[in-house]
Amino acid sequence: YINIYSGHTNNWAVLVCTSRFWFNYRHVANTLSVYRSVKRLGIPDSHIVLMLADDMACNHRNPKPATVFSHKNMELNVYGDDVEVDYRGYEVTVENFLRILTGRLPPSTPRSKRLLSDDRSNILIYLTGHGGNGFLKFQDSEEISNVELADAFEQMWQKRRYNELLFIIDTCQGASMYERFYSPNLMALASSQVGEDSLSHQPDLAIGVHLMDRYTFYLLEFLEDIHPASKTNMNDLFKVCPKSQCVSTPGHRTDLFLRDPGSVLITDFFGSVRKVELTMETINLTDPIEQLESGELQKEMHTYADQLPVSEIIHQKPKQKDWHPPDGFILGLWTLILLVFFQTYGVKHLKHIF
Amino acid sequence: MATTEVERRRGQLAALSIAAVVIIVGVPLWWRTTETYRAWLPVSQIKELAKLQLHLSADVEVVFARGTVTPEQQKKVPLTQTQNMEHRVDGDSFNAILTPMRLSNSASVEADLSLHTLSESPSGSLVVYVIPESSSLLPQNVDVYIGQRRTALLRIGSQMRVGKTLEQLLAHMEPRIKQVLHVMSFSHTDITAALSNRVRISPGNKESIADSMRAFKSSPGYEITFSLLNPDPKSHRLHWDIEGAVETYIQPLLTKLSPVANFSIDSQTLYYAMLGVNPRFDSSRSTYTLNADSLAHVINPVEARLGSNAASSNPVLNFLLYIPDAHHSPLYIHDHKKQQVPTNAFHSPRWGGIMVYNVNEFYEVDTVFPVDINIDMAKVMGVFLAQLRLLLGVQSSTPPPGFLVAPCGNAGLADWELDRLMWSRSVENIATATTTITSLAQLLDQIGNIVINDNIAQQVSSAVTSLQLAVSELEAGNLGFALQYSKEAILSSERAFFDPSLLHLLYFPDDQKFAIYIPLFLPMCVPILLSLLKIVSEARQKHREKKPKKD
Repeated sequence: YINIYSGHTNNWAVLVCTSRFWFNYRHVANTLSVYRSVKRLGIPDSHIVLMLADDMACNHRNPKPATVFSHKNMELNVYGDDVEVDYRGYEVTVENFLRILTGRLPPSTPRSKRLLSDDRSNILIYLTGHGGNGFLKFQDSEEISNVELADAFEQMWQKRRYNELLFIIDTCQGASMYERFYSPNLMALASSQVGEDSLSHQPDLAIGVHLMDRYTFYLLEFLEDIHPASKTNMNDLFKVCPKSQCVSTPGHRTDLFLRDPGSVLITDFFGSVRKVELTMETINLTDPIEQLESGELQKEMHTYADQLPVSEIIHQKPKQKDWHPPDGFILGLWTLILLVFFQTYGVKHLKHIF
Repeated sequence: MATTEVERRRGQLAALSIAAVVIIVGVPLWWRTTETYRAWLPVSQIKELAKLQLHLSADVEVVFARGTVTPEQQKKVPLTQTQNMEHRVDGDSFNAILTPMRLSNSASVEADLSLHTLSESPSGSLVVYVIPESSSLLPQNVDVYIGQRRTALLRIGSQMRVGKTLEQLLAHMEPRIKQVLHVMSFSHTDITAALSNRVRISPGNKESIADSMRAFKSSPGYEITFSLLNPDPKSHRLHWDIEGAVETYIQPLLTKLSPVANFSIDSQTLYYAMLGVNPRFDSSRSTYTLNADSLAHVINPVEARLGSNAASSNPVLNFLLYIPDAHHSPLYIHDHKKQQVPTNAFHSPRWGGIMVYNVNEFYEVDTVFPVDINIDMAKVMGVFLAQLRLLLGVQSSTPPPGFLVAPCGNAGLADWELDRLMWSRSVENIATATTTITSLAQLLDQIGNIVINDNIAQQVSSAVTSLQLAVSELEAGNLGFALQYSKEAILSSERAFFDPSLLHLLYFPDDQKFAIYIPLFLPMCVPILLSLLKIVSEARQKHREKKPKKD
């Protein structure tokens, strides 16, 4: 009848690739491969938020334009022709990522760029890029710390924006990013422990860069065997990419998760298996349909939402109110102190300067 | 020498005055210029609301028909009687339910009884007519009849013949009337389900979990999309009068539900949209069948092709009408016992419904394709309306034995069903808004670096005011106003919580704070500190020199 065990009615996925530039090809291929798997298992594009720098397929250095390959010898083009990137290029920022998670987006944001989850949504969050102990680098210019991420998840929990959340991260020292989680119903997987680096898989000689990271490569191999009706559970996912294949030690964290991982299906997060009930009732309608004249159709007036940039909408820098000390305040203070110093302890030294 | 003495004094004074300036002027200046602007929030009121004591008050009028009470008893019937039932939900939220019952006696009520179908009671109230046991208005095995409007007929029990005392009569009626109240207004399970956000996840029984998962959460608006899926345009040319059907069948329900939420309806036709599952051929009945187990995989491939309104973030209800292609007609849905489902439809919780409409009887084998087919919208809308009721949370549990519930009428919704929905929506809205405001206050308290603008403080204050008003209206029994205030509270609290300016990108770990401030302040502080230390050591030396002199 209804599978009451998981308690979710819809699935969402937030897939983020935090790197740009040609030599980070493998991160884009990672994210796109997970995107393809998730789509294949049933999550529609309207429920996937994909954040990519998206500068690989049409990069000048790409010998095969409009493609991103995940396997050497160019076996699988994960870019395809139906990829739907929601945040591309310079829109992939820490701010936008946190805004998506917490829901604090400006009113003009379209539906496809929002995470419209509710208390019965299972969410999969996949991050990949360059990371360190306690932080993850976003596009070479900013970073997100594990405390901020944990706080963002807590805010999601406060507003009941998820039922269960699976967090997968494929970066160096990835386990540090889930150390600080404290909200319930979170399960986390990382490709390497603190102090270890996650390594890339294989380079392709024609393209000239590494195509994928090891952990995601073996994760994908594992997901290829999953179909929408399969009953594989999370314990199998924890065994993906042992040290012999990955060189780094993958880690996972399940202490915040309420259910036993052995009873959690892979398709609870990666797929979108709907609960279905048979409709047993019908209402007997006897009135005939009134014929409307075509002139009676009411036209709905649509208005455009304001397209102001975010900084103007959120009034981040009010011009008049704040008082700042005049420029050179610190400099003036130093000069004063130096003058007094020399005055006190030796005017003759000052004479040499001036 | 005197000059060195003077110089030294001057130096000491300079160092001391600089230290004084730094401490008295510099430190407060630095503090003020680096603090974040935080508008005042009514924290104490928010804490008060967090306790969430709700009093739900339903007005019940009990009318005794002739033949139920003797004329002497009639004079002694008390005018009001208050019932007070207290419920605890998860320990930290209480609700006490008061139901003042107005007992009126009516001598010539038989004539009025036929009018009960037409009487208008205000929203949230009930009228219960008590009829004698021998009355023929109800069939034999039915004790309670629940009408379309806010009335119910209650048959007095056989043991309560005329001659018993009034107190016994009232004591006998009490549990029966409470039962009617549970069905028509609210019960403990309803309130618990409405408060499910605040209540810890408790297993409960299978049905209650399924019920709570099925209906959409309270939202200010919903979007309904009707889609016609035609996988075989070469064989079938389909015509459906969707505008007329929506206007005639669906719109009355939505108009009746307008105090609860706004609805926007659109429709579309999709060609070459297949189901994701291959139906099996059942040779015994020479039909194609879809198993109940395979239905779960039908929705996903189709959903990718359904659009949605990009401008709004309201939840979407999808209703799909699927006409099987000519090669797979007729197509029936079978349940787990391999029986045909009479409606040939299924629905998915919090998503929508799909109905399979077979058209193979409209033509013979050798007709010229494509065939024009007019879809019977009354049949289709009957199913969609039932599904819509389920998804909006209108459906109640099966009534207790001995109850007869009138069919819901043209609008598809009885008045008391609307009341039930309004009760649970009000409670849910109040609970959600309270949780939102409380967690926002907690969050802003915890993270000291978030800027709280004036507009956020204003939204919070208005949410708090609306919540207080909603709670008081619930206590007074004005259901309509309570729902309206609770909706305003939800809007304000959501707007405050999800304001884009509340982003806490200002997290600085301690080592970063040191790294920023040290190059600014350390070069300044080192000379000052050294001077002060020198002054202190010189003063001590002087003090020590003075001492032996004194001796």
